[in-house]
Amino acid sequence: MELSPDSTILWQWGPVRINATIVFTWIVMAVLSLGSWLVTRGLTNEGKMSRRRNLLETLVTFLNDQIRATSRQEPGRFLPFIGTLFLFIAVSDSLEIIPGFEPPTGSLSTTAALAICVFIAVPFYGVLQKGVLGYLKHYVKPSVFMAPFEIIGEFSRTLALAVRLYGNIMSGTIIVGILLSIAPLFFPIVMQALGLLIGLIQAYIFAVLAMVYIASATSVQKRAEEETNKEGKGGS
Amino acid sequence: MNNIGLIGMISIIVAGGTMAIGSIGPALGEARAVSQALSAIAQQPDASGTISRTLFVGLAMIESMAIYCFVVALILVFANPFWKYVIEHP
Repeated sequence: MELSPDSTILWQWGPVRINATIVFTWIVMAVLSLGSWLVTRGLTNEGKMSRRRNLLETLVTFLNDQIRATSRQEPGRFLPFIGTLFLFIAVSDSLEIIPGFEPPTGSLSTTAALAICVFIAVPFYGVLQKGVLGYLKHYVKPSVFMAPFEIIGEFSRTLALAVRLYGNIMSGTIIVGILLSIAPLFFPIVMQALGLLIGLIQAYIFAVLAMVYIASATSVQKRAEEETNKEGKGGS
Repeated sequence: MNNIGLIGMISIIVAGGTMAIGSIGPALGEARAVSQALSAIAQQPDASGTISRTLFVGLAMIESMAIYCFVVALILVFANPFWKYVIEHP
């Protein structure tokens, strides 16, 4: 049984391999780009609100509200990164209902790439907000002896982000595959509906956790986020 | 018993044990988190938005431990590296 779409190689030329994960990622990118182009085409401020504009405003307002509630900071700077993460994961998980489409998030390479993006974005936003010295200072905040644990925590939470998303999506696909061979009539549909719900929740959780990590690097006085962050490091 | 039979037997037994033992802790933790969140919502219905958002994030973190066990069990059953080695070098 195939654990991930990585092993399906569609095209090979010497050492260059195009596997199914890359192709499905391209499809998701095309869907997102085409959709956003369609939605923002001819956007006007006058007259009755069109349905496309309503959709766009609902999405952006939802993302802004969630970012504001999670980080207690103004969402403007974080919206492009967090919103892209959420939309990409949500769309690639939701397209799972199309037969033949395997979600690219069900491959460890995609989720590792997304987690590394978060890993890089945390010091990026931290340095942008507090400067290099100010950012590095939070490693030695309670005492110098905590610095190794902070660094280990940075790596372990990146690993946890990647494996969490991969495990959830891949297990959904595998369970549907196993059920197809045991009880092919009705139960795979139920599990697939559950998989849709899990996919959306995981997209939300990935985005919220990325926001929590970034918020802990950018805010100095906010104790609440730092505690959430430490739980995240210790618990997962 | 030859190597193939031994590796297959141990893999399957350990995969079952991984799921069985590894899901006890997350199950207890999730039950406790949900019951606490429900009583918190019952006491303060106004804060239900914040509580449920935190609950979802916390549940995902607890559940990820069970997911790690599941991934390890799946690797043992479907993509066992030792099994592949034994098959290739008989």
